Amino acid sequence: MRPAPALAEGFPDLSGMRIAREPHWFRWISAALIVVVLAAIVRAFANGQIEWSYVSRFLTVKVILEGIVNTMVMAVLAMMLGIVLGIVVAIMRLSPNPVLKTVAAGYTWLFRGTPLILQLLLWFNLALVFPTIGIPGLWSARAVDVMTPFLAALLGLGINQGAYTSEVMRAGMLSVDIGQYEAAQAIGMGRLRALRRIVLPQAMRVVIPPLGNEFIGMVKATSLASVIQYPELLHNAENIYYANSRVIELLIVAGLWYLLVVSILTPLQMLLERRFARGTLRLAR
Amino acid sequence: MTKPLVAIRSVSKSFGEFQALKAVSLDVWPGEVMCLIGASGSGKTTLLRCINQLAMIDSGGIWLDGELLGVREQGGKLHRLSEREIGRQRLKTGMVFQRFNLFPHKTALENITEGPTQVQGRKLDEVRSEALELLRRVGLAAKADSYPAQLSGGQQQRVAIARALAMKPMLMLFDEPTSALDPELVGEVLAVMKELAKSGMTMMVVTHELGFAREVADRVVYMDQGAIVEQGRASDVLGTPREERTKAFLSAVI
Repeated sequence: MRPAPALAEGFPDLSGMRIAREPHWFRWISAALIVVVLAAIVRAFANGQIEWSYVSRFLTVKVILEGIVNTMVMAVLAMMLGIVLGIVVAIMRLSPNPVLKTVAAGYTWLFRGTPLILQLLLWFNLALVFPTIGIPGLWSARAVDVMTPFLAALLGLGINQGAYTSEVMRAGMLSVDIGQYEAAQAIGMGRLRALRRIVLPQAMRVVIPPLGNEFIGMVKATSLASVIQYPELLHNAENIYYANSRVIELLIVAGLWYLLVVSILTPLQMLLERRFARGTLRLAR
Repeated sequence: MTKPLVAIRSVSKSFGEFQALKAVSLDVWPGEVMCLIGASGSGKTTLLRCINQLAMIDSGGIWLDGELLGVREQGGKLHRLSEREIGRQRLKTGMVFQRFNLFPHKTALENITEGPTQVQGRKLDEVRSEALELLRRVGLAAKADSYPAQLSGGQQQRVAIARALAMKPMLMLFDEPTSALDPELVGEVLAVMKELAKSGMTMMVVTHELGFAREVADRVVYMDQGAIVEQGRASDVLGTPREERTKAFLSAVI
C-alpha cells in the first residue's frame, strides 16, 4: 500500500463529541403567550351570550345531518363534473386546433370572470329566459320543472369548478417532460392515447394537492347554494334559526360540521398522493 | 437488386431562421449500421427525428421500406397524412433517446409491454413473455418489476432499447444513447448495441463514441451545418479523412 502523507498538527480530534441541545427560550415564551390568548378567547365565548346546550342539542339533529349529507353529495358530484370538464377543456386548450383552443379559453374566461353566486342564480332562474327547454321535435319540458335547486346547484358549481380545474390540469400536463410525449409517439401512440396513458397519470401527481385544495373549497362553496333553496348544511341551519332565533348557536353547529369534514379530507388526500407517487420515490431496493 | 430501407432525398428542415438540414440525400441499406457524427447543431439528431416524424420536414422526401413518409402524393400535390397513418408508419422505426424517456409511473416490464398491448392491440400474455425475453437479452431479467427511478442510467437506457425492440421495428434510431450516462455506464449500453448490430438490425446511430463507430459501423457519416460533408467506411472517414472540416472535427474530439 502507498503510505499517506503525514497530517498537519493543530486540528483536535472531535470524534465522539455530541452537538448540544439549544434551550429555545423564545419558542417556550411565544407558545405560552399563544396559550394565554387562546384561553382568553375560549373564556370570552364561554361567558358570552351563547347557549352551548343548543349547540350540542342541534349538532346531531336530523335536519342538520340531512344537510351535511346533501352538502357532501353536491360537493362530490359537482367536483366530479368539474374534473371531467377540466380535463376536457385542458386537452382542448393544449390542442393544435385553433377552434378548440378558442372555445376552451372562452369557457374559462366566462365562468371564471363572473361570481359563482351570480351563476347559481342565473341557472336557477333559467326559466325566465327559456320558459320551455328541450330538443325540438323530440322532447320538451317546462324549465321550472327541470331546473330544480339540485340541478341548478350542480350545474352552477360544477361548470364553475371546471373553469378552475382546467387550469390546474393544464399546469399538470405542462409539468410532464416533452420527452414523455415523444417516447409515446415513438411507440406509435396518437395524441389522445399518449395523454390518457402516459401524460395524465404523471400529471395527476402534480395536480392532486391543488385539486384537494379545490375540493375543500367546493365543500364550502356548496353553502352558496342556500340562496337557491338547495337543502345543504347552511341552508338547513338557517331554517332552524329562522324558527328558534338561536342564530349563533346554529352557525356554530354548521361551522363544526364543515371543520370536521375538511379534517377528514386532508388524510384522504395524502393517501391519494401516495397512490400516484408510484415510481417517483426511490423505494428501498 | 436490393432497395435501400431508408431513402432520403433533398431533405431540408428549418427551425425559424436556423436551417438544420440543407437538401440532405442519403440511402440506408438493410442490415447496415450507420454512425452519424458531427458537432452539436450539425443536423444529425434532426435527421433522425425526421425519419420517425417527431420533426416534420419542410421539403424533399423520405421513403422508409418503399413508403413515402408523412405525406401522400395526389394530383401533383402533397397532402399530409393523418395522425393515425403517421402512427402506423412510426411502428417501423424504434427510437432510443438521449434522456431515455422511460415512463416513470410504469415498471421496466410495463414500459416494454405498453406499446405492443396499447398500440398494436396484442394480448398481454404473449407480449409479456416476449418482453421478459427482451429484458434477458439486455441483461436485466431481474429488474422486470423495478421502476425507472430504481435503475441506473445505463439500466434505464437498456430498458429503453428493449422497449423500442418490442415493437419489432425494421430500423432502430439511436439519438446519442450514451451522452447522458456516467462514463462507467457507457460500456454496458454499447455492448447491447453491438449485440443488436451483430444480429443484423439496421441501425442509425448519432454518437460521439468514435471507438464504437470504428468497431461496429459499416459506414460513418460526418455532418456539419446541416449537410453531409464526408461519408464512407469507418476506417476511412475516421482514419484518413479527406475533408478539412472532418479533420478539424476529429482532431478536436480525440
